[in-house]
Amino acid sequence: MFPFSFEWAWDAGHLLFFGGMWYTVAILGAGLTFCLVKTIADTLAGKGSHH
Amino acid sequence: MDSALIPEGAKRCPFPVFAAGIAIVGVVVLWGVYAMGLCWLKGLNQTNMNDYYGFALWIWADLAVIAIGGGAFFTGLLRYVFGIDELKNIINLTVVIGFICYSSALLILAIDIGQPLRGWFIFWHANVHSMLTEVAFCLSLYFSVLTIEFIPLILENRQVDKVPFFHNLGHNMHGVMAIFAATGAFLSCFHQGSLGGVAGVMYARPFAYREGLLVWPWTFFLFTWSAAAYGPCFTLTVLKMFEGITKKKLVKDNVVHLLAKISGWMIFTYIIAKIIDTIYWATVTAPSQGFKLMDFYSDNAFYGIWILILEIVICGIVPAIILTKKSFRENSRLLLIAVVLGTLGVCLNRWVMVLQIMAVPVMSFDTWALYFPSWQEIATTVLPVAYGIILIALAYRYLPVFPQEKELNAD
Repeated sequence: MFPFSFEWAWDAGHLLFFGGMWYTVAILGAGLTFCLVKTIADTLAGKGSHH
Repeated sequence: MDSALIPEGAKRCPFPVFAAGIAIVGVVVLWGVYAMGLCWLKGLNQTNMNDYYGFALWIWADLAVIAIGGGAFFTGLLRYVFGIDELKNIINLTVVIGFICYSSALLILAIDIGQPLRGWFIFWHANVHSMLTEVAFCLSLYFSVLTIEFIPLILENRQVDKVPFFHNLGHNMHGVMAIFAATGAFLSCFHQGSLGGVAGVMYARPFAYREGLLVWPWTFFLFTWSAAAYGPCFTLTVLKMFEGITKKKLVKDNVVHLLAKISGWMIFTYIIAKIIDTIYWATVTAPSQGFKLMDFYSDNAFYGIWILILEIVICGIVPAIILTKKSFRENSRLLLIAVVLGTLGVCLNRWVMVLQIMAVPVMSFDTWALYFPSWQEIATTVLPVAYGIILIALAYRYLPVFPQEKELNAD
């Protein structure tokens, strides 16, 4: 799963599978982080409070 | 009692009636949980799986719910990536259905692996030569996507929305939903395909084996295609069930007819590909391995040629014709028949590609191996259905699943 795991091999299979997995995790993580940061900023700025 | 939580302007049944309904379905859930507990505590000897049936009823249910849950990724793709705006009025329902289907699939897998505490092994010690590893990766990640898509709907609850942080979070998540939807579609295409690939690469099982493109057998593409085509049929089936139970119109006809039309053309193209695939398999692939078509559909008590006709003609060509022809799909009765047949069709396809594969004799001295599931298998297969009913009922009662409901039921 990680390059430091004993069974890791730098071959096409590992690069494709885990490259795809970590790439997806990164996209989802970045998207959620953006949402959370923007939400905190919006809330501190008083947005949504008069809703 | 719970009126403060119900969407503004929406009418719901009295809370005691709702609670009674949930309690009745809850009994079924408890039955399933008991069976699940037996499987985890005593082991997979609680099932009727054997050396013939390493895949059994669970895996069919798993593939079936994933296929009918395909409406979520496909409708999400149409709505957020291709920008078909009318679908915003049904997208919430597809997300809830998708969430239920994928959480059910993961629950089934947790039972099927026998030792869920070791479920993480498939990530940590991944076999990077296995299509099922890709399925596990994509299923888990796509479930995360569906959870992310479900959260804004939960945040739209009348009371939750009053909290500024949650209101802003829901709004901001909507803003970047296209990224999540595109990621979800990418993941879904691959795992739907790999589930088909698992069957298609089994060269020792002539009933399942297919040639293909590079490392992908044709079943890889057919599974993805069928999930995208038939998934919306299940969405519309659930919608019609809702409208029947609540005696309300929940989504405008133009939205329903648009999704039905898209689904119809997808089924139309899929079924052509499926027929070509079947003819090639029956006349070239299977004979090259020493089998005639009727070898797969004779000399047993259950699997006859009827199952092929039912899947391709009754549950494939018929819904394709109904949904692609405007006057047919605008007839509410014909529409209902088409979407129900479509839903049955994709479930039947998965049944054939999971269970008939196991039943067909491979060696000349072999016999058909028909199997009947144990009650524990049946209970744990019914469990996700009961759980789904409870979750979708809660979502409908407390969340604005249908944005047009208020307008359509103004009286």
